[in-house]
Amino acid sequence: MVEKNLNKLYMAIIFLFLYAPIIILIVFSFNDSKMIGNWNRFTLKWYIELLRDREVLKALYNTILISILTAIISTVIGTIAAIGIYNMNGLGKRLILNLNYIPVLNPDIVTAVSLMTLFRLFGFQFGLTTMLLSHITFCLPYVILSILPKLKQMNKHLAEAAMDLGATPSYTLRKVIIPEIRPGIITGALMAFTLSIDDFVISFFNTGHGVSNLSITIFSMARRGINPVINALSTLMFIGLIILLLIINKRADKNTLKERG
Amino acid sequence: MKKIKSIAMIIIVLSILIVATGCGDSKPKLNVYNWGDYIDMDVLDQFEDEYGIEVVYDTFATNEDLYVKLKQGGSSYDVIFPSDYMIERMIREDLLVKINKDNITNFQKVGQSFLNLEYDPQNEYAVPYMWGTVGIIYNKTKVSQPLDSWADLWDPQYEGQIVMYNSQRDSLAVALLKLGYSINTRNIDELEQAKDELITQKPLVKAYMGDEVKGAVVSGEADVAVVYSGDAVTMIAENPDLEYVVPVEGTNLWFDSMVIPKSTQNQEGAEKFIDFMTRPDIAAKNAEYIGYSSPIPEAVELLDEEVKNDPTAYPSAEVLEKTEVFKDPMDIIKEYDRIWTEVTSQQ
Repeated sequence: MVEKNLNKLYMAIIFLFLYAPIIILIVFSFNDSKMIGNWNRFTLKWYIELLRDREVLKALYNTILISILTAIISTVIGTIAAIGIYNMNGLGKRLILNLNYIPVLNPDIVTAVSLMTLFRLFGFQFGLTTMLLSHITFCLPYVILSILPKLKQMNKHLAEAAMDLGATPSYTLRKVIIPEIRPGIITGALMAFTLSIDDFVISFFNTGHGVSNLSITIFSMARRGINPVINALSTLMFIGLIILLLIINKRADKNTLKERG
Repeated sequence: MKKIKSIAMIIIVLSILIVATGCGDSKPKLNVYNWGDYIDMDVLDQFEDEYGIEVVYDTFATNEDLYVKLKQGGSSYDVIFPSDYMIERMIREDLLVKINKDNITNFQKVGQSFLNLEYDPQNEYAVPYMWGTVGIIYNKTKVSQPLDSWADLWDPQYEGQIVMYNSQRDSLAVALLKLGYSINTRNIDELEQAKDELITQKPLVKAYMGDEVKGAVVSGEADVAVVYSGDAVTMIAENPDLEYVVPVEGTNLWFDSMVIPKSTQNQEGAEKFIDFMTRPDIAAKNAEYIGYSSPIPEAVELLDEEVKNDPTAYPSAEVLEKTEVFKDPMDIIKEYDRIWTEVTSQQ
């Protein structure tokens, strides 16, 4: 009994540490003062100002646009690459796999600066395109890594059987291989999406004028203090995410019920 | 399967459309690069309406970030907002173009005391945007007598109540001013003395803070702090027990000014923008939003009575008399780095 309560207490403390900062941020998004740590009175003005703040809204738009495009493009490329790597043999396969690990282990700053140098070498105009390309580049290895295990789990003979029965290779890919590895593809896409939203260092070095994402915009507020509009936006994003998770979980529950029933 | 395919097609087409509409505009554009949260956004809309020029607006966090972006190339800004010493450095490195003053009709509205400053002696490159001083803010109810000197920050009765800026230049300046030296001194001996002063002071210091100092002092966590005048205005508005003072030894006067970098592709538009930002009604709007001090006297006239008569934001001429603008430290920056490391690593 005591042990059980201790377990519960431990869990509660862990969750408190995890969520206390977010709770504080949410509370201060309703504070009528620009200073964190000084509670004045309740207000909704930061939410109203958020709707009028074109800089922050533009940054939000860029962030979401880039992360969606990154998720789509890197997942497509990553899926094809993973299938290719899976079908390779020997030294080539080991080489490619290790090459795929390096960007994951590399510090962000190295990736960021080397991409910047590359873009400058080719005379790219820095902007949305360079930022998108850099995001695809750093997300790609993660997508490949999340799909490869699913391919390994798949029965090797499934594809052969399908083709024996007259399926063309592209039909086999669409009807047999992709449905088998779908959970890996979805994990990869979600991973790419969140990594892209999160990223600061690589975005900072590979963007041009007029294109800032949220992390860059928030960082630039360092001198004058973070505008509480950001707290309001973070609160909305956090709540949006919770609702999304609840919906996904509910649907997953329904599906498992259906399968069992 | 067909369904998935068509959904994928729709997503791809949509995203291409979104990207395309982002750059398919034919309106002339102006790339502006300013400090974060350092403008009233309505002003940009007003500029676009009046001049038919689209403003592409970006923000940076420090002068050094701005410098790196400019040096790195790859993107062309038309108007940027560096501080005094950074303008000096950019002029020296030939990164800025001379502004055609005939196009800045509002330039004559800039106050006399903000012209011909050392970083741009002939006013060829820069038009001031905001300015301020550095001083001491303290809580009147907790401090026995009014503070008026930098030396008060070494008074043991405030032990554990003093907050200094976590910035090598600003903190060294405080120690140099206390000793009666120039904040731009290039004399290593004087810098070493300033270092010793900071080390002596360290046991009294509660913390070296950045922007968090505002909340700490307003909420009463600390009673004495070194702050910028613009921040002091906001802090006093939140807690009327606070008082800001520019110490008798003098202080640092700082500027953020508008300049046009060499990489500009729309100098005419940039000059229109600078002229617009210098217009009294617009300058007043920005000063009201930011809370920092405007260098345009006519704009100051448009502000609320209590703001324009507030000695925190608009100190008297005698106070301004004893101020000094930061100069680019050039090679001596290494000494600053070393001294600051020695101060902060001191136990």
